Amino acid sequence: MSLIKLDHISKTYVLGDGDVEVPALQGVDLTVNTGEYAAIMGASGSGKSTLLNILGCLDRPTGGQYFLDSQNVATLDDNRLSRIRCRQLGFIFQSYNLIPQLSVVENIEVPLFYQGQSERRCRERAVALAERVGLSQRLFHKPNQLSGGQQQRVAIARALCNDPLVILADEPTGNLDSATGKEILALLDELNRAGTTLLMVTHDDHVAQRARRVIRLRDGRIASDHFN
Amino acid sequence: MLRLGLKRNLKLGFKNLARHLTRSILTMLGIVFGVAAVVAMLAIGEGASYESQERIKSLGSQNIIIKSVQPPEETKARPPSHGIASAIYGLTYADAERMQATLPGIDVVMPIRETRQDIWNRDRKIDGLVRAAVPWYLQVTGQRLHGGRFISHVDMHARAAVCVIGSAVKRKLFPYENPLGRIIKIGKDYYRVVGVMQPILSGAGEAGLVTDNNAEVYIPFTTARARFGKTILKVSAGSFEAETVELHLIFVKVTDMERVLPLAEMIETLLARYHPRRDYEIIIPLKLLEEIRRSARMFSIVLGMIAAISLLVGGIGIMNIMLANVTERTREIGIRRALGAGKRDITIQFLSETVVLSVVGGVLGLGLGVTLPLLIALFTGLKVLFTAWSLLLSFGISAAVGLVFGIYPAWRAANLDPIQALRHV
Repeated sequence: MSLIKLDHISKTYVLGDGDVEVPALQGVDLTVNTGEYAAIMGASGSGKSTLLNILGCLDRPTGGQYFLDSQNVATLDDNRLSRIRCRQLGFIFQSYNLIPQLSVVENIEVPLFYQGQSERRCRERAVALAERVGLSQRLFHKPNQLSGGQQQRVAIARALCNDPLVILADEPTGNLDSATGKEILALLDELNRAGTTLLMVTHDDHVAQRARRVIRLRDGRIASDHFN
Repeated sequence: MLRLGLKRNLKLGFKNLARHLTRSILTMLGIVFGVAAVVAMLAIGEGASYESQERIKSLGSQNIIIKSVQPPEETKARPPSHGIASAIYGLTYADAERMQATLPGIDVVMPIRETRQDIWNRDRKIDGLVRAAVPWYLQVTGQRLHGGRFISHVDMHARAAVCVIGSAVKRKLFPYENPLGRIIKIGKDYYRVVGVMQPILSGAGEAGLVTDNNAEVYIPFTTARARFGKTILKVSAGSFEAETVELHLIFVKVTDMERVLPLAEMIETLLARYHPRRDYEIIIPLKLLEEIRRSARMFSIVLGMIAAISLLVGGIGIMNIMLANVTERTREIGIRRALGAGKRDITIQFLSETVVLSVVGGVLGLGLGVTLPLLIALFTGLKVLFTAWSLLLSFGISAAVGLVFGIYPAWRAANLDPIQALRHV
């Protein structure tokens, strides 16, 4: 059974007073299996961000069906989508998106917090994950006391803390220098080898080469989909 | 996800507020002063109304007081007899007897006569009010003795030269001694002091019976009748003035409270027949009490409104800051939403911040609102009265203000589009 199955997903944005319709996705069919590592590529405006938002249950498609772990999530309400994001998805952003006033462990804990887990269990898990991404010396630092690479590691630990079905990464190395970017990519490779499903949006060919599958979007459609 | 502990949210709220401590404190001030204003104003208002109610109560709410008044057109307008202007007016013994005989539901009718006299203890002098009283005076008026005894039936019978003095008289004439058993001079005669009255709250004079200054001397009614005639001659600043008044006051004690008002009307009808000049005035403490209660309620409402407005302003201040807070933390909201926070989680998070603000503000305001009137009371002697309901009310209002004014910012925060919020710089 496939982990993610997009069935003719389309998304149209309505601008202004409903006069202008902008199609962002026009019938995307995609299947992703557990354990895959796929890069989604495309020029800006090709719809990759929209696709990632839909995959991440942050947005709902205007047409088509989206099965995540064989549950149709395209029609769920906001509350149910929040729950799916909370329990089944992990996010890594280009700009890390850590909460500035929280420490490293507190940032990692956030998804567990919304699962309603006990404080002690949250803390144990957060500390374990911080160690796994190599930040055991920085547990109580604030994000602004960390380098970009370290911040992204925190974000990765945060994405891992709820044991997600899939981690969605939006240009995870976009804000990093190439050396640090390589470290982060190495960490992602390692996670994938350990069984985590990864979907990564990038426009960097070198980054995409590390993924085992490259999906290219053009004008809201899948232009190519091949395995390296 | 939705079973987020209240404790955790409050903790988070405290933490977020502590990050902007100055701003939080400034925001809180509105609520602090609002609550303090409510508590303080209610305490002062309650205190004032309690005090005046007590004063009126001390006159006895079952009493009707009829007072002789000089009819205005009579003032010194009468032809002089023996060269002295004498005003004849007022209540008479016959009035008192008629009331006793004809009106139902009367417990006691108590006539009182009073004259102004100089009262001496050797070289110490006070200008006092001499009141001819009957032994049951205390029971009827509800006044209390401080020491000694009141005029007895034996005194009445013997027309004894004894007196009971008010607290001011004691203070003035016997500042260092015990007045009991001592002899004082009232007018031209000497009297032995047998009792001292307890001081009366000032201001009860408005009801006509009790003079403010406690400078009263009570002598047996019969003694007064024998020693001071009907006509009271006063020498003031070289001119003679005389007034002929049989009774200055008639105190009517009614058997039960419900009969007070109908009986007052009957008395009015009865007196009107014999006193076409309206040289009397009927005072009903019960009515005064009700009036005072009514005005106290109005007073409380007005104070409450003013205080409520300041709370409202405080609430708007909170809302304003919280809206700014939401805008400032848009990105954080986006992150939290992406990581699985539901709308409800965000609502609760922001709402608990507002509630923490207003409840902490409420507690501080409560403290201030209690301290301030106490200080005022300490320095001015003003009576303040805290009632449990006023404390609960103002605290409840502050919490409610937090909730009400927190709802909109929290709603705004929760309904931000997560994608837009994430992009927010």
